[in-house]
Parts: sequence; C-alpha cells; structure tokens
Amino acid sequence: MKLLNHSVKYLSIALLFLVTLWSIIFYFSMLSEIKNSLDEELENRKRLIIQNLWNDSQLPIKDTFDENLYTLQQISAESALTFKDEYSDVEIYMQDADDSAPELEPVRMLTTVFKANDKYYQLKIVNPIIEQNDLIEALFWNVAALYIVLILSIIYINNFTLKKIWKPFYSLVSELKSYQIDKLRPLTLEKTKIKEFEDLQQAVKLMNEHNLKAYTQQKTFIENASHELQTPLAIASNKLELLFENSSLDESQAQKITETYQILQRLINFNKSLLLLSKIENNQFSKIENININEIVSQNLIELDDFIQYKTLTAEVNEENTLSVMMDKTHAFILISNLINNAIFHNINNGSLKIFIDKHILKICNSGESQALDKHQIFNRFYKGKTSSKSTGLGLSIVKAIMEHYGAKIDYYYKDNHHCFELIFD
Amino acid sequence: MIEDEQQLLNNIKESLEKENFLIETAIDFDQALEKVMLYDYDCILLDIMLPKGNGIDILKALKESGKTDNVIIISAKNSLDDKLLGLELGADDYLTKPFHLAELTARVKAIIRRKNLKGSNSIKFQNLTLNIDERSLMVNNNPIHLNRKEFDLLYYFMVNKNRLITKSALAEFVWGDHSDNSDNFDYVYYQIKNLRKKLNKAKASISIEAVYGVGYKLTEL
Repeated sequence: MKLLNHSVKYLSIALLFLVTLWSIIFYFSMLSEIKNSLDEELENRKRLIIQNLWNDSQLPIKDTFDENLYTLQQISAESALTFKDEYSDVEIYMQDADDSAPELEPVRMLTTVFKANDKYYQLKIVNPIIEQNDLIEALFWNVAALYIVLILSIIYINNFTLKKIWKPFYSLVSELKSYQIDKLRPLTLEKTKIKEFEDLQQAVKLMNEHNLKAYTQQKTFIENASHELQTPLAIASNKLELLFENSSLDESQAQKITETYQILQRLINFNKSLLLLSKIENNQFSKIENININEIVSQNLIELDDFIQYKTLTAEVNEENTLSVMMDKTHAFILISNLINNAIFHNINNGSLKIFIDKHILKICNSGESQALDKHQIFNRFYKGKTSSKSTGLGLSIVKAIMEHYGAKIDYYYKDNHHCFELIFD
Repeated sequence: MIEDEQQLLNNIKESLEKENFLIETAIDFDQALEKVMLYDYDCILLDIMLPKGNGIDILKALKESGKTDNVIIISAKNSLDDKLLGLELGADDYLTKPFHLAELTARVKAIIRRKNLKGSNSIKFQNLTLNIDERSLMVNNNPIHLNRKEFDLLYYFMVNKNRLITKSALAEFVWGDHSDNSDNFDYVYYQIKNLRKKLNKAKASISIEAVYGVGYKLTEL
C-alpha cells in the first residue's frame, strides 16, 4: 500500500468521527439557536397582540389558529394566577401555501395569560418552525458533501505534496533499484533541503561506499590469490613431471604420483578458469571493437573439426544474417569457444551440433543427455552436471560473466532432444 | 634463466640439463642485468616479477644494446598487455605459469632452432625428418601423410625425445586453452594410436611408449 493511501485511510477514518461528532453538536446548537430566536419572536408578537387586544373593548375569543396564528380563551382567575409563560413544541393542523389540505406541521407555541377588563385570558401563539427531519436531512447531505470534499482535497494535496516533498526519496529509490554494484559507479543523489532525506542519503551513501570497498577487495582478492597460486602450482606440477622420469618408480608409487599429478592438473585448470573469470569481472579486457561473430564461430569450428570428426558429429551452421557485436575480441573468442566446446564434449557419439546465427541471435544446440539441465543452476559457479567430475564447473559462469559484462542475455532450453544455448545481443 | 623462485629454477634447470643445455641462473634483477650484458646466450628465460626490478626493464636494456633475440618471458600473469609489451620489446615468446616442462623444452628448442637456421627448418631423428615449415614427415625419404593433430603430436615428441610427456601436457598442446575437458585424454590416445599405426607401417625406427599410464615417451627402436 502506498504511503499516500495509508495517510488517506487514517485521515478519512479520523475525519469521519470528527465530522459526525461535530455535526451532532452543530445540529443541537443550531436547534437551540433557532428556538431561542423563535421564542423571542413569539414574545414580541405576544406584546403586540396583547396591546392590540387591550384597545378592543370586546375581546375576540377564538379557539382555532387561523392566519393570525393565535388562540384566545377566557380562563378562571385561579388558574391564571398560578400560570407561568410556557414555550412548547407542538404539532397543529395548518395549510401552507403549497399544501392542498391542512396537515400536521411542527410549531413553537407560547402559552401565556393576561388580564384585561378584570377578566383573565389565555393566549396561545404559534410560530411554524422547520421540521427537524428536514433539518437533519439537509444537515446530513451537507456534512456528507463536506466530508467528500475534505477527503478529495486531502488526496489531492497529499498527492501534490508527496510528489513534491518526497521527490528526493523516490529518486533515491529509483537510483537504488537500477544500481549495480559490479559497475563500480558511485551513487548519484539528488540535492535536498529536507533533513530526514539528507540523513537517509548520507546513510545510503556511506553504506554503498563500504559495499563498494568490500566488493572491490573481494574481487581483487580472488584475482591476486589466483595469481599467487600460479608459481607454487608450476613448481609442484613440474616436480612431479621430473619425478616420473625417474625410472626406478614401482607401479604403486607411479600410480599414486599419477593420481596426485592429475589432481594437480585439475587444480591448475581450475585456477586458470578462476583467474579468467575474475579478470572478466574486473573489466580487465577492454579493447572494444566490432566483432563478426559468424567469423569467430567458423574459426572455432575449423579448430575443433578434429574433435567433431572424432565423435562423428554432424555440424550444421545456419547463417541467416551477420551478427556483429561491439565487444573485446578475447571475450568473444572465449565466449564462443566455451559454448562450442561444451556442445561437443557433452555430445553423444554420432550426435548433432546445430548453430544458428541471425542479426541479434546466436543459438548453439547439441544432442546429448536426454534430460533438460537445471536452467537455474547451470550458470552458477562450480555447478556440475552428473557427467564430468573433472570439469571445473566454471565454463558456463565465464560465458555468463561475459554476457553480463555486455548487458546481453543468455538463455538455456531443452527442445527436440537438443540442449540449446541462445545468446541475444541487442 | 632469470627467476627468483629457487624451486622453479631448480626444476627448469634439471629438465633442460637433461636436454644437454648449459644453464646459468640469476635470481634477482641486478645479477640478471649484469649477466645478460656480459655474455651472449642462445636463449634467455625471463621472469617478469623480480626482486629489485622488473623483467621488462631487462628486456629494454637488451633492446638498447641490440641483443634482443631469443628471450622467452615466463610470467605468472596471463596479461595481454604484458604479453604485447614483451613481444614489442623484442621477446620471442611468452609462457604463462604454470606450464609443462615439455612445453618449455619445445619452446626453447624452437627458438634455438630458428636462431641456428641453416636451410630448411627441420628436425631429424633416426630415419625420420620432420619439416616444420612444410609440416611434412619423411621416413626413409618417403613422405608420410599426417593430419594436423598427428603432426603436432609427433613434433612435440620429437623435441622431447626420450622424455616423458604427460597426457595433460599433450592434451594442452593439441587442444590449446581448452584442456578443461575429460574427453581430451581419449582423443589424445586415439590420435597416438593412429600415429603409431602410420609410423609402424612406414617402418620408422622409433616407438611411442606409454609410461606409468600418465604419459608417453618417444624412444628409438
């Protein structure tokens, strides 16, 4: 859920309570205001009516509210003397201008008594008031409208401020999203005056600097360690070679030395591949030029022809187009030769090797084990299939590292009994 | 032989002495510079990383005094820049550690052979003549057809005659950088089998023997 939606959610709940509470209070205070002012008016009318009545010698007794909106009745002295002015809410039958027949209308009524010509009279004056239902309904719609307007303006203002105020934050997020540590480039941060964001940027920057440092150290460590291993490996391997030339070895000694030697050769191959991999990752080849992949493929096939024939493979190259890529020549060569090598060595006798080249695509397919490889594992370092325990498990990682270096894509799939590696250069 | 790692120096010395070469050694920059300036060598094996200096500077000094020929750089760094710089400064070859002793022998002999080139560039042993430039083999003056890999293998055996060459050295020699595959040994065996057949048929007075299951050796019959 977005920050905007969160704040709108909480604000709308809080506002719903506040607005409801406020409208209840408002309704009652409004109602009492209205009654107060009606009562004052009734009081005024009372005085006017009584004044007028005094002038009349004969008081007109009337017991229905007509257009004058009052009734007058004579009452006994006892009840009149104990009577006090009384305001009340009642309903009477009245005919408004827009009503066809009289209907019950709420009114405010003042009941009072007065004395004229030694007689006591009771006067009832009414004043129509607005129906409470109408009031509540009007109030409800107004409040609802207010609520909606409030929420809409909160969304709008929030949106606006979020976009404006949080801009440095979002730019930092998008910078972090696109950040790749292996490109070894410092973070680009947008300048901001907001203290919190400045702190955040500083913290992220600091963390990134640490990461970069650790990353570079680790990378150069692998490369340096591999370099340092070269000489000791050379010494050990050469010493065993010299030892083999010693004719006095008996069979079991020779067997053990042979095994040691073979393991040492694996170690040497492994170290070479590791060195190559870290060199690619450390960007140590950088003569970018226009490379014709078709040429490199056919060059590799010529070099590997003996092996293709040894396994009696049928090699087929389908060139739809010329594939030219801007890359380092050594990279291109390692890339293609690793893939074609794999396609030959993991092939079966009398199998097939199919290569397809188009403008942006190179596809290398080979027959082999009748089961798809684990797509998510094969490019990982040190991953080995079931077949060859002697391989370093770095060949495809090297391929992947080169492809990643140029931002190109590599995909593996198994189709029609063929293992296919598809390289896509855009 | 200019190399600061004593053990490696001993190995190379022992191996090359089996080929009846006379080896002089230097273990640091000053010693090396003094010797290469004083004497003329048929071949100089030069390590790049040296105590008290850089092998490249020795190469520069050699170039300045017009003695650039026959230097093989031996380096733990398989760096293209170093290689190009070295070759530009007049080195003849560049060998990356770790290497097979058979490979070193082949490289040293190739350089010396080129230096002493009189007429054809060929190797003779018993009744065999291997012509390097034409990539052809004559046995008792009869031409024998060899495919590319068979020729490479025979060449390798001829420059390392009577020496054991391990299977991995052979695989690396014919397979180049791509020796990271288990099939290689089978392939090497298959090529040697064919080579042996051709040599037998031509009545070549040499044989390629398997040694301890780790490699092969070319001997005279």
